[in-house]
Amino acid sequence: MVVLELRDVSKAFDAVQALRAVRLGLRAGEAHGLVGENGAGKSTLVKILAGAHPADEGALLMDGRALRLAGPADARAAGIAVIYQEPTLFPDLSVAENIFMSRQPLRGLRRIDARAMRARTTELFDRLGVPMDPDRPARGLSIADQQLVEIAKALAFDARVLVMDEPTAALSGPEVERLFAVVRALCEAGSAVLFVSHRFEEIFALCERVSVMRDGRLVSTDPAAEVTVAELVRRMVGREVAEMYPKAEASKGPPLLQVRGLSRRGAFTGVSLTVHAGEIVALAGLVGAGRSEVARAVFGVDRHDEGEVLVDGRRLRNGDTAAAIAAGLALVPEDRRQQGLVMELSVARNATLARRWSLARLGLLTGGAERRAARTWGERLRVRSAGPDEAVSALSGGNQQKVVLAKWLSTEPRVLIVDEPTRGIDVGTKAEVHRLLSELAGRGVAVLMISSELPEVLGMADRVLVMHEGRLVADIPRALAGEETVMLAATGHGGAG
Amino acid sequence: MRGVVRGLSSWEAVVVIALVVVVAVGALAIEGVASPRFWRFVSLEVIPIALIALPMTLVIITGEIDLSVASVLGLTCATMGQLWVWGVTSLPLLIAAALLLGALLGAVNGLFVTGFGLPSLAVTIGTLALYRGLAYVILGDRAVADYPPEWASAAIAPIPGLTIPWMIIVVAVLAAGFGVVLHATPIGRGLYAMGNNAEAARFTGISVRRTTFWLFVATGAMSALAGVFWTLRYASARADNGNGLELAVIAAVLLGGVSIFGGRGRLAGVLAAVLLLGTLRNALQLADVPANTLTIITGSLLIVSVVGPNVVVKLRARKDRSWQRGVPWRFSPR
Ligand SMILES: Nc1ncnc2c1ncn2[C@@H]1O[C@H](COP(=O)(O)OP(=O)(O)OP(=O)(O)O)[C@@H](O)[C@H]1O
Ligand SMILES: [Mg+2]
Repeated sequence: MVVLELRDVSKAFDAVQALRAVRLGLRAGEAHGLVGENGAGKSTLVKILAGAHPADEGALLMDGRALRLAGPADARAAGIAVIYQEPTLFPDLSVAENIFMSRQPLRGLRRIDARAMRARTTELFDRLGVPMDPDRPARGLSIADQQLVEIAKALAFDARVLVMDEPTAALSGPEVERLFAVVRALCEAGSAVLFVSHRFEEIFALCERVSVMRDGRLVSTDPAAEVTVAELVRRMVGREVAEMYPKAEASKGPPLLQVRGLSRRGAFTGVSLTVHAGEIVALAGLVGAGRSEVARAVFGVDRHDEGEVLVDGRRLRNGDTAAAIAAGLALVPEDRRQQGLVMELSVARNATLARRWSLARLGLLTGGAERRAARTWGERLRVRSAGPDEAVSALSGGNQQKVVLAKWLSTEPRVLIVDEPTRGIDVGTKAEVHRLLSELAGRGVAVLMISSELPEVLGMADRVLVMHEGRLVADIPRALAGEETVMLAATGHGGAG
Repeated sequence: MRGVVRGLSSWEAVVVIALVVVVAVGALAIEGVASPRFWRFVSLEVIPIALIALPMTLVIITGEIDLSVASVLGLTCATMGQLWVWGVTSLPLLIAAALLLGALLGAVNGLFVTGFGLPSLAVTIGTLALYRGLAYVILGDRAVADYPPEWASAAIAPIPGLTIPWMIIVVAVLAAGFGVVLHATPIGRGLYAMGNNAEAARFTGISVRRTTFWLFVATGAMSALAGVFWTLRYASARADNGNGLELAVIAAVLLGGVSIFGGRGRLAGVLAAVLLLGTLRNALQLADVPANTLTIITGSLLIVSVVGPNVVVKLRARKDRSWQRGVPWRFSPR
């Protein structure tokens, strides 16, 4: 039985036709996967279901009756819960307040029942296995934790239709498993689910049917059992994708990045690691293990309390990002909207911001130089945008991620730290990003890669370091690294390696 | 060329057009606006405002504000007066002392904002009162007015063959300097990044605190320079010199299209707005419009300036895209 149906829905942003006559039906008790290249229109479709964008043409039908959504409140009233691609929490409100925003449980005299709100948040977090304090403010949450809060927000009311736009992009295996358990329970209770993802193994694990979008069109819908990944990829990008993990052997040079006994109170303790020239070292672990925190301290965005960071044998000043960059360090941060990009500025400005000094001639920087530099990297990473002068805020999530990558790769770093580098990036470009990383290592760059995607970790790394609750617990060479060993260590069951 | 086209379809263009209209209407309707004397007077009026508006533009673009500028001006005037009374008669020495003092007062602002992480609005409201108070401590109700008359005539001397004072050239050179820094250097790019997203700026290695500190220092020094001009022009140092000038400066910066929230605006718009406000005020004064009405008009313009750029940006965003999309920049997969 079709619960929610889109009939020939079209949507344009000025001259960009984001959706072209899309037809899609979501069935009760069924999870429906949606895949497509970056900028194909998936998030636009999600936002139309959420009532956040009006459709230009076409109709929405719920239980066969026309559904008019003037805003997100209408969608919620109709029983549609949405997890957006980019978390949008109120930083100064608590986690519980965020989850129950505008539908707080009330007690007498319409006062907010804070205790009930907290209790229900705790219960939700238990179901999702999230160890988070409901009273803490949303400010400062990692991107994965923000995503978990968004998930809890959508699950807080029993939705008839649950729409999820890349909810797992920053999550690791166990979190994804628990989310899927909750979603499956929802499906069994008769809800319809739409699941957008670039991770095919998740699509096949959760969904009964899969649709492919391309250039704003919905090009196919099939039962998941009847299609293969290769087929989906071909429909998405219209060509064969090169090998996903083109890891080339690189000769190991001298140690470039050395971290010794690094500690930061409340985040991580006694982290020591070395990355050699030509090496790709992965930093694996569960959400909240402290991986991003280590990266930020190494890069000097956060100060550390103990220990030291050496690049090429030279000690970096604590908390001095400019010095770190001057020493040849680059960090692609996990949160592209807050940390990676200045959303109001253009693609060209963002892509060249980190190398603005080297682009300047006689101290002067022209828009032309920025546009040219941005174009080179934009083409390489297949950034899809209206032009170098377009604001990055108008780009799709994956394309924004590509701009962050361009921003840092173009600085030609000697030590590259990437935090979830392919979050939200489609298969085609992902393979390209992996090729780039491998190539950089081949040229003697030391790469430290934080990733929650186990296949990426296993496919790309020469060595896998595993963190658990703020400590490094394992150092596994490529030959011995397997799904099981890494996961055991990440959950705190592995022996120190 | 593309930059010029884009520049014209923006709020700055609105300000420039308003300026042209005010000048044209004023020249036709108000006796005396067309005369060279009027323009000499307008120039003298706007010089101190322009001097302070230059660094203020940068400060507001980074999302901060400095309300103490007029008090810095007043305190430098008072200090120069006292030094003169004590027998310092060398003009270069007096100017150097003034600029140093201004930089120092700006550094105090900067230290409170960056060192203690206090909001600049609160800090500079405090120093607005503090610096003005110190000026009164130094001079009280006295006025130091026995400077050599040559100083005044030198400060306001016209460019040979014109009536416009030569100081305008100094302002123009400084404006060009600030404009280049803001719009054509890596530093300027960093300022816009800071104003829009300070966290992303930090992740890009921009030292937000250091930059903010030096901006306040520059603002202090430029306010002191305005104070020097003020002292020389009126040949008089009083503790209340330039009282309330900060509002004229901030009004001009905002009217010029700089967003009070930071991250947006151009120097050309600010300069046009300084001229627009100066011309309007003097023309209306010439037409015997009462002072209260003048205040009302300035206030209304301030509100227009906060609302206006947003509207124009929205409209432009639409127009802009359509011509941009004409030349698609899609990257073709290889
Ligand atoms: N607010 C906006 N203004 C202008 N263009 C937009 C806006 N939002 C989306 N677009 C454009 O619409 C197209 C589709 O974007 P959408 O976000 O739906 O892609 P997506 O399939 O979700 O991609 P991704 O996998 O990267 O998340 C893109 O070309 C994008 O640039
Ligand atoms: Mg998307």
